[in-house]
Amino acid sequence: MSAAETDRPAAAPGAEAPLLKVNNIEVIYDHVILVLRGISLEVPKGGVVAILGANGAGKTTTLKAISNLLGTERGEVTKGTIEFDGVNVEASSPNELVKRGCIQVMEGRHCFEHLTVEENLLTGAFTRGSDRHGIQRDLEMVYNYFPRLRERRTSQAGYTSGGEQQMVAIGRALMSRPKMILLDEPSMGLAPQLVEQIFEIVKQINEQEGVTILLAEQNTNIALKYAKFGYILESGRVVMEGEAEQLRNNEDVKEFYLGLGGEGRQSFRDVKHYRRRKRWIG
Amino acid sequence: MDFLYELLVQPFADMIFEPLFFIETVVKGLMAGVLYSLVALGFVLIFKASGVFNFAQGTMALFAALTLTGLMEKLDLGMPHWMLVILCLALTVVVMIVLAVVVERFVLRPLVNQELIILFMATLGLSYVLEGVGDLAWGSDVKVLDLGLPEGVWDIGGVFVEQLDVIAAVAAGGMVAVLAVFFSKTRIGRALRAVADDHQAALSVGISLQQIWVIVWSVAGLVALVAGVMWGSKSGVQFSLSLIALKALPVLILGGFTSIPGAIIGGLIIGVGEKVAEVFWYHIHGGAVENWFAYMLALVFLMFRPQGLFGDKIIERV
Repeated sequence: MSAAETDRPAAAPGAEAPLLKVNNIEVIYDHVILVLRGISLEVPKGGVVAILGANGAGKTTTLKAISNLLGTERGEVTKGTIEFDGVNVEASSPNELVKRGCIQVMEGRHCFEHLTVEENLLTGAFTRGSDRHGIQRDLEMVYNYFPRLRERRTSQAGYTSGGEQQMVAIGRALMSRPKMILLDEPSMGLAPQLVEQIFEIVKQINEQEGVTILLAEQNTNIALKYAKFGYILESGRVVMEGEAEQLRNNEDVKEFYLGLGGEGRQSFRDVKHYRRRKRWIG
Repeated sequence: MDFLYELLVQPFADMIFEPLFFIETVVKGLMAGVLYSLVALGFVLIFKASGVFNFAQGTMALFAALTLTGLMEKLDLGMPHWMLVILCLALTVVVMIVLAVVVERFVLRPLVNQELIILFMATLGLSYVLEGVGDLAWGSDVKVLDLGLPEGVWDIGGVFVEQLDVIAAVAAGGMVAVLAVFFSKTRIGRALRAVADDHQAALSVGISLQQIWVIVWSVAGLVALVAGVMWGSKSGVQFSLSLIALKALPVLILGGFTSIPGAIIGGLIIGVGEKVAEVFWYHIHGGAVENWFAYMLALVFLMFRPQGLFGDKIIERV
C-alpha cells in the first residue's frame, strides 16, 4: 500500500470501496485553457461530500467532468481516471452514466420551461424505459419529499419560482433512481430559509433512499453543516480536504470561506495583505 | 378612383354576390395550404429539436416522392396495384428512416457543438447531395405518381371540390393529430420537447441527443413523404418539387419557427390568401400574384410581429 493511500481516513483497510473515485484529472477547454490541474477525490457509498471554493475554482467543471457534460462546452478530460461503482467512466456518455446511476443536477436548475412540473419529473425517468408502475411509484415518492410540487404539477415549469425549480431539478434527478446525485450549487439565488429547507430534504433523500451526494457549493457554511467530508478547490487544485468538522474548525477556512475573522475587526488593508500572503497557490 | 374601387369595393362585392365561387376559391386555397403546412411542419420539427434550419426539407419531399415512384416502377411485377402501393410506401418509409440515421451519423454528429450557421450550411449541402442521389438512382424525367387515389370532383351543394385535395387534407390532418398525441403523451415525445427546451439539461437527465435526432429526422422524413406524395400525385414528380421548400419559408415566418399549430395555420392562411388575392384582386395586378403573395405577407409580418403568430413566447419570471 502506498503512502498516499494510508493517509486517507476513508480508505481504511476493510472499508467498502468508494462509489466514486476521481484520480488526478485534468480538464482543458477549447484545447488551450487548463481549468483543472489534477483533481483527486473520493466519495464513499452513502456519503455526503462537498466540493467548496470560490467562483472559478473549478467546482462545476469537476462535476461536469464526472457526468461527462463537458462536451457541450468544448471541454475535455485530458488526463486521469474517473471510476464510478467500480467501472471506468471517462468515456461513457451522459446517457450511459445516468443508466449506471450517476446523475447531475446542474447549476441554475435548468428546468424544461415549456413542460409542466410533472412532465419535467417524468423526463428524469427517460432512461428507465417504460416501467410504468415503478415510475408512478417514484413520482409519488418525489411528491412526498416535495409536497409543493404536487400542488404545482400542472404549471409550466418556466412560471414557477426559483425554489420550486430547484425542487423540480432535484426531483427530476431522483426519478432516474440514481445511486449518486451530483448537486451543483443548489443554494444559488435562493432565500436562506429556502436553502436550509432544500438541504434538509437532500439530507432526507440521502438517509432514506441511500443516495450518495456530491455537492458543489460556494455557501461553505451550509455545505459543511450537511456534508460529512469536504474538499476545498482553488484554481483547479484541491488545496485542502478533511472531515467537515475538521474543516469548520480550521483557522484558514474560517478566515477565507466562513467569514469568521480571528480577533475582532481588521482594517481592510490588513485583510488584503494577509490574504495575499496566505493564499494557497500550488 | 378606379384603382380604389378595384382595390376596396369590387373584390368584396364579388365575394358577396358570388358566395359559392368565393367558397370554392377558399377551399382550393385551403387545400394548397395543407401542402405548405406539411412542408413547414417538417421544418418546425427539426428546428425545435436541434435549432437547425433544415434547408433540405423540400428536397427530402422530392427525394421521398422520387423513391416512391421509382420503386413502383421497378417492383411492378404484376401484383395488385394496392399491394404494390402499400409495399412501396413501406419501403420508402424505411428509406427515409435510413436517411435520418445517415444524416445523424455523417452530418450532425461530426458537427455537434458547432455554430448553427455551420449546421445550416451543412443542410444546404445535404439538399444538393439528396437531389443528386435522387437523380442518379431514379433518373431526372418527370414521373407520374399513381397511387390509385380518386381523381374526380365532388359537388357539395354547388361547390366543386377535388377528391384528391380532400384526401390530402385528411391525410395531413391525421398526421398532425398523430404527431400531437406523440409529442404530448409519449416518453419519446416528452424527451423531444425537453431537448427543444434545453439541450444541456436534456443531456444531464440521460436523454441521448443522437437518438432524439434520428427520431426527429425520421419524423420529418415521413412528413416530407406525405407532402411529396400529395404534391406529386397532383402535379407529377419533378425536380421543381424541391422549390416548395421556399414557399414554406413565409409560412414559417407567419406561424413562428417553433410552433406546430403555427406551421399548420400559417400554411392555410398563405394558401387561402394567395388564391383569394389571385382571383378577386385580379383587376389590379393582372394575375400571377400567387408566386409572390406569400413573401409579401411574410415581409409585413417581419415588420410587425417577427416571432410569428404562434412563436415561442419567452418565459420571464417576475
